[in-house]
Amino acid sequence: MKDAKHQEPAGKAGKWTIPGYGLLQGLFVSGRNMVESYYKKERCPVIQYPEEKADISPNFRNFPFLCYDGDRPETGLRCTACGICEKECPPQCIYIVMDRDENGKAKKRPKVFDIDISVCMNCGICAEVCPFDSIYMDGQYEMATDDRFEKLVLGLDRLAKSTDYHMQLRPKEATAVMEKRKAAEEKKKAAAAARAAKAKAAAEKKAKEAKEQAEKNADDAKGGTE
Amino acid sequence: MISDPLLQQSSPVLEEGSDDDQLLRVSLGPQHPSTHGVFRMNVELDGETVVRLKPVFGYLHRNHEKIAEGQTYLSSMPFTDRLDYICPLTNNWAYAHAVEKLAGIEVPERAEYMRVITAELTRLINHTAFAGFFLGDMGAWGSALMYAFREREKILDLFEDLTGARMMSNFMRFGGCRNDLPDGWLERCRALVDNYEPFLDEMEMFLLGNEILIARTQDVGQLPKETLINGGITGPMLRAAGVAYDIRKVDPYGIYDRFDFKMPLGEKGDCYDRLMIRFLEMRESLKILKQAIKDIPEGDFIAPKAKIRGFKPPVGEAYGRIEGPKGELGFYLVSDGTPQPYRYRVRPPSFVNLTLLEEMCVGLDIADVVIILGSVDIVLGEVDR
Repeated sequence: MKDAKHQEPAGKAGKWTIPGYGLLQGLFVSGRNMVESYYKKERCPVIQYPEEKADISPNFRNFPFLCYDGDRPETGLRCTACGICEKECPPQCIYIVMDRDENGKAKKRPKVFDIDISVCMNCGICAEVCPFDSIYMDGQYEMATDDRFEKLVLGLDRLAKSTDYHMQLRPKEATAVMEKRKAAEEKKKAAAAARAAKAKAAAEKKAKEAKEQAEKNADDAKGGTE
Repeated sequence: MISDPLLQQSSPVLEEGSDDDQLLRVSLGPQHPSTHGVFRMNVELDGETVVRLKPVFGYLHRNHEKIAEGQTYLSSMPFTDRLDYICPLTNNWAYAHAVEKLAGIEVPERAEYMRVITAELTRLINHTAFAGFFLGDMGAWGSALMYAFREREKILDLFEDLTGARMMSNFMRFGGCRNDLPDGWLERCRALVDNYEPFLDEMEMFLLGNEILIARTQDVGQLPKETLINGGITGPMLRAAGVAYDIRKVDPYGIYDRFDFKMPLGEKGDCYDRLMIRFLEMRESLKILKQAIKDIPEGDFIAPKAKIRGFKPPVGEAYGRIEGPKGELGFYLVSDGTPQPYRYRVRPPSFVNLTLLEEMCVGLDIADVVIILGSVDIVLGEVDR
């Protein structure tokens, strides 16, 4: 070609040589593939599912689950029903209702948290945007069911999974999150302690002042009577 | 009998004054294994010869652009995976590139290298799968496709470890990538790249000298360069005709100007050249991959200032384009300062490349139509959006 800078020579391919030579070459290649597929793993990397299963990579993601601290999902759920995942979810498959007490005050936990996994497309954006380290992507993939409606909508009972499960599924991520949460908690505790100390100091100061004032008043009163 | 007003046009093949009613009208598709999805061609035949051909598409229309205008910029990212589902990572990159252009976000060095590595692996996947599908269109359904998919699966395993999913990667973010490379990933990638060259040698030995393939593809579906350029054709189809146009070279994006690679060009632009050019491009991709794996630096995989929640680009518009495996893939975005784009438009390469189908097919046999359609390399998810 004219533009020698870009040209890559096409080689001998595409030209007729001895008639039938190309066909024989092709037959040789497929014959080699067939024979080698019996003893070379890279020629036939087939896994006989469901008898044997491939290892799941730690990054593998499927439908989401909700993480809870402690033993009971009723108390330990990290989710605060803020609704960020509901808004960001591309196919809009998350449905959240905030739990409220009798006065209508928000309890900062979900009353209803449904994920319709027939709509969910496993993108992982909910896990990414969650500011409370609550929602993560699961590794469960055998989820076929005979029911088209109820069983494909995961409620809180099926979504809530413990931190141990998360640790088992993705140890690296779970450890990082644990450390982050621990640090945040310690910081919070330290801040609370500092606040308490400050409050205590302020209270002491106030008490002292009040005492001084009282003494002064008493002195004044004493002086007044004299 | 199909009554389609589009078919009532003149045809260069038809003789003056001949009787239109003598032609055989065939609806090829939409459920036809050779159409790569749900794509229909209304063909008018004079014996075996194609007189007119009208493509009919839209069966897979998913309203992607309008949906994207109603949701945040980030939420559209997983939908871009589903455009051209053979190569999701280049789609991700094109969209991220457009948004970065719109918002003026800098991408860290390591993320750029990660993008190049994943994009070139995607090119390998696409071209390898193309070789298999192309042979399938010719009736060699089996060996070639199986060998191609076997190698593709090895790359998809790498993608699964990196992005969490084989095909629906959702990996790029505005200002970098979602997560860092897992431990040992680069070594596995290097091993794969080293093993790919022997596979390509074998595949070329398997296919490119085959007399049947040569007889069926050479001098089939040629078009003059001017027609291709005027039709907006990009990618391997254009380069097979000898036009030196590769966005990685003519309008370098990312860090492509750092790599040493060539742009293979064909001579005739027939179906054989289109197959050949893809094999040559795979070798160039391997070259880029080797350099990128060697040079990748440590550092951030996403810009520290990048925002995941509450991303609002300034008012403006941007068109970001990259060289996808199938051609120029572009995203045109108009922002009005809100979290949702005001206008979101995709320029899909396989859709634009499909527009010259009639010009390529008229005058040839009906059997050649299938090969020509295969050589365009379409994915209906991208054509219909």
